[in-house]
Parts: sequence; C-alpha cells; structure tokens
Amino acid sequence: MIPSIPQPKFYKGLYSTYIALFFVYLSAPLIVVGVFAFNDSLFPSMPWEGGTLAWFFGNEDPYIGIFNDTKLLESVGVSAFVAFWVTVLSVTVGTCNAFLFERSKFPGKNLLYIVSLSPLVIPGVILGISILVFSNAIANGIEEAIGWDLEFLRPGLFLVIIGQFAFVTTITTLVISARLRKFDVSLEEAALNLGATRRAALWTITIPFLKPALIGAGIVAFLMSFENFNTTLMLVGSDAPLTIAMFDRLKQGSTPVLNALSLLLMVVSGGLALLSVFVQRDSKN
Amino acid sequence: MNKSASITTGGTFRFGLLLLAMPLLLWLFLLVILPHVDLFLVSMRERISYGKYEFSLINYIEFFAEPLYWNTYVRTAVMSIFATALTLIIGFPVSYYIAKVMRGKGKNVLFLMCLIPFWVSELVRTFGWMILLRESGVISNFLQWAGLADGPVEMLYNDAAIMVGLVYTSMLFMVVPLVSVLDSLDDSLIEAGYDLGGNTFTVTRDIVIPHAMPGIASGCIVVFMLTLGNYLTPNLLGGKDSLWFTEQIYTQFITRFNWESGSAFGFLLLILSSVIVWVGLKLSKQTLSETVG
Repeated sequence: MIPSIPQPKFYKGLYSTYIALFFVYLSAPLIVVGVFAFNDSLFPSMPWEGGTLAWFFGNEDPYIGIFNDTKLLESVGVSAFVAFWVTVLSVTVGTCNAFLFERSKFPGKNLLYIVSLSPLVIPGVILGISILVFSNAIANGIEEAIGWDLEFLRPGLFLVIIGQFAFVTTITTLVISARLRKFDVSLEEAALNLGATRRAALWTITIPFLKPALIGAGIVAFLMSFENFNTTLMLVGSDAPLTIAMFDRLKQGSTPVLNALSLLLMVVSGGLALLSVFVQRDSKN
Repeated sequence: MNKSASITTGGTFRFGLLLLAMPLLLWLFLLVILPHVDLFLVSMRERISYGKYEFSLINYIEFFAEPLYWNTYVRTAVMSIFATALTLIIGFPVSYYIAKVMRGKGKNVLFLMCLIPFWVSELVRTFGWMILLRESGVISNFLQWAGLADGPVEMLYNDAAIMVGLVYTSMLFMVVPLVSVLDSLDDSLIEAGYDLGGNTFTVTRDIVIPHAMPGIASGCIVVFMLTLGNYLTPNLLGGKDSLWFTEQIYTQFITRFNWESGSAFGFLLLILSSVIVWVGLKLSKQTLSETVG
C-alpha cells in the first residue's frame, strides 16, 4: 500500500482513521495532564470545576501552587544538580571513549566496545542494586580496615549521580562516536602540516566539528538523568530527586499541583527535544 | 594514512592510549563489571549472624521453593512478551504509514509527533493514564455521560491497565527502528509485487516484513528489555496486585533489607533479560552493536 498503487477508498479511509486514533492514543494522557492543571478541584480528576491558576501560583492551604510548594521545588533543584553532574561527566567520558573507539587500534577493542554497550541491556533496577551493593561493600571494607566511614558511598546523591552516569555514558559515547566517524581526518592532517600543534589542531578543527554532537549528547544526557526513575529509586538517600518525590506524591494521591508541575516539565523537555533535533539536523548539512 | 593511527611508535603512544582509555576502564570496571560480580557473590552467600556470611545457594533455593516468587517471575516474562508483541502490532502500521505512505514535510512532522511524547518523563505519562482510567477519571465519566455505563467504572489496577501503560511507554522504541528500516525499502519492490499479481496481504508478507526484519528484531529486543525492567508503570497502574518482578527486588532490598535474596532476584532477572535478548539476536541474525548502535 503506497501512493503509486491505487487502493479502494474504503481501505485508505480505514488506514487514515487508524493513524488518527493512534495519535489520539499518543496525545491523550499528555493532554489530560495539562488540562487538569487548571481544574479548580482538590483532585486531578473529574468533574471539571472551572478554571483556576491556583495550582501554579496559589499560596493558601490546600491550594498550594507549584511555585510555592517548597518540597517539590527543592526536589527540582536536586534533580537539576544531579543532571548537571551526570551531563558533565558523561559527555567528557563519552568524548574520550569516542576518540578511543574511532581513532585508535588496540587488542581487545571489539570486546571493550561490546562491554561498553552492555549498560543499555541491563535493566535500570539491577544497575542500581549492583552499584548499591558494591559501594556498600567498599564502604564497609574501608570502615573495617582504617575506621573511616565514607558517607558518600552510602545511598545518596553521589551514588545517584554515579548510577545514572553508568548508563548515560553509553548513550553519549554512541552519539559522539557517530559524529566523529564522519570527520575527515585529512582536515586535521592539514592543520598539522600547516604547523599547528596536536592540541591546537584538536581544539580548532576537531572539537568545533564535534560541537553539534556534544550539545546533542549533553541535552540527551540531561533529560535522561532528570527523568530517570529505576536506577535512582535504588540509590536514593534522604534528598529526593523530582521523579522520586513525584512518585511518592502520586502514591499518596495528590492535588493537581502535580499536573501544574508536569505541564511545566512537558514544556521544558518538549522544548529541549526540539532544540536537540534542530542542532543535530543542522550538523547533517 | 590515519595520522593518529600512524603515531604508533615509541612509548608516547602506549602512554597516550592508556590515558585516553583510563576513563573508559574506570567506568566499565568500577561501575559495570565489578558491581555485577559483587552482586553475584552476594547472591551466593547466607547471612549467619551480624557481619558473618557463608557460601550458600539458599537464596536461589528460596526463589524456587516459594511459588509467589517464581510465579511473579514467569508472569513478568509472559506479560513482557505479550506487551512487546502488542507494541509491534500497533506500531507497525503506524511506522509503515510514516515511512511509505506519507511524503515530504508531512512525513517529518508525523515522525516528530511520534517522538515528542517520549521526551516527557515516564512518570508524567503514567500520571496521564491514571487520570484517564481511574474511577473518577475522564473515560469513566465519558462512558456515564454517553449512557454506556450506569455508575463509575474503575479501569485502573488491573492487568489491562498495566498493558496499556507498558505499550504506551514502549512505543517510541518500536516506531523509530521500524521507520528507519521501512524507509530504506525501495518503492519499486512493492510496485513489482503488485504488478506480479500480489495483493496487499501477500506483498506485506513476502516483501515488506522480510525487509523490515532487522528493525522488528531490534525494536522487539529493546521494548522487551525495558518492559521487563519497568517498575513505575506496573506499580502505579497495577496497584497492589501488579506482581512485577522488579517490585520483588525492591521489596527485598528496601523493605525487608534482605540484600542476599534481593541480589539473587536481581541476578535472575538479568539472566532472563540476557537470555531473551540473546535468543532474539540469534533468531534474527543480528549483533548487539547493530541493534543498539
């Protein structure tokens, strides 16, 4: 069934209807989340009680809007902090890995490449518990040996950052490698022939070429970290990142303040998504 | 030829290479390989008293002796396979429509529309389904308004709700590989199929599906893995009776603080996921690098 093959109108209509229904299915949950952010009711459910902005700006109990909900705002801060470090670490290591895999030859490279893809096939919960168990073993070992209690190896933000970094790095490595593969090495050679040092050639020729991939990988890393749940769940301590805080609220049943927050998240991550699509598209030309 | 590959003489090369490989080695050994080895070791021991452990298979024996555990395990696997199949069946026509029926700008727009929802946190998406499906939710109210139901209908907290959520959450990972593989199918092959007397059914069976096989395989593998390891969707949409294996792992670790048995469960889930991924790769004659890379 392609446009150049004539088909009965009935089938064409049926097919289009199916596609339309699919997009209704795709958008329905997101639309209701957004719409109920404006419902003047204590629960994010029917009936519709009229519009309000209280779930954004409200400041009197129980109408506490998102901009006055200190607990949720704090957790947004925690998530941003975690995502920032995960992004910095994973883009840096991802860049090193890309150079290693694309530019150098050494025995065992293929095996190493497969191992570095493996975090993608390890369920997030298991990655979380394995890092939890291992860091706890190290912490206990150090405490027994020299009596230091290394607090950062116990569940908390450090472990959350490390755990997310463990799998996000695979993705940044793939994104940056794909771009580096397209790089024409003769450009770098030309720079070297013209008297540039290796460092200068790298910074003025190669890194600018990689920039779209670096930005794209950075955005993806930030979003993946910000939205991660499974790995974070197993490693979290007393400071809850946003996904964990929202999960707890959802389980208890919450006011539509969660809808307001979700709407803001959708706007921001939708914007970032479009940005990364355009950054990567420009780099193709 | 290659400048960087040609500087292979002398000690500077080895040292430089080692320096470049350092982050990778630290990452893989400290965060991936050693933790999983340790997880395995912990799963193979029994706690005798405070700080004292002994080698034992008790954690694995317990798993097989307690029907709740392995029932949950099998149930998780079966439901994940079912969710994967459903995602494929729903996603395939959509991918085909985007790749083959649409032309020009509309194609990119439609593809982008498929992607955008998945940049939003899984939590938000699941929250949306809760608002739609719950007793006081949108669909229940709509059914009453339309006169199809007499009272509020609870659609949350059952297996169907879990399935809806899982398929929704996985859709992106099926549509993207399918669109890219169908995009590479030459229209003239389909036309030739029709010219030679085929109909939509035979052309799809003999031309489109064989060509799309690599995409189908990689989509299914990724979707299966993500579904198996999902915690959020079964937990929120399935409620108390969701019985997902990741919840058992969470209970052992966090609620019961029984790390030994939790590690064994984690390892069993890892084995299940690896075996099915491996079988999928073998059956479709793909490699891991091609599938996720």
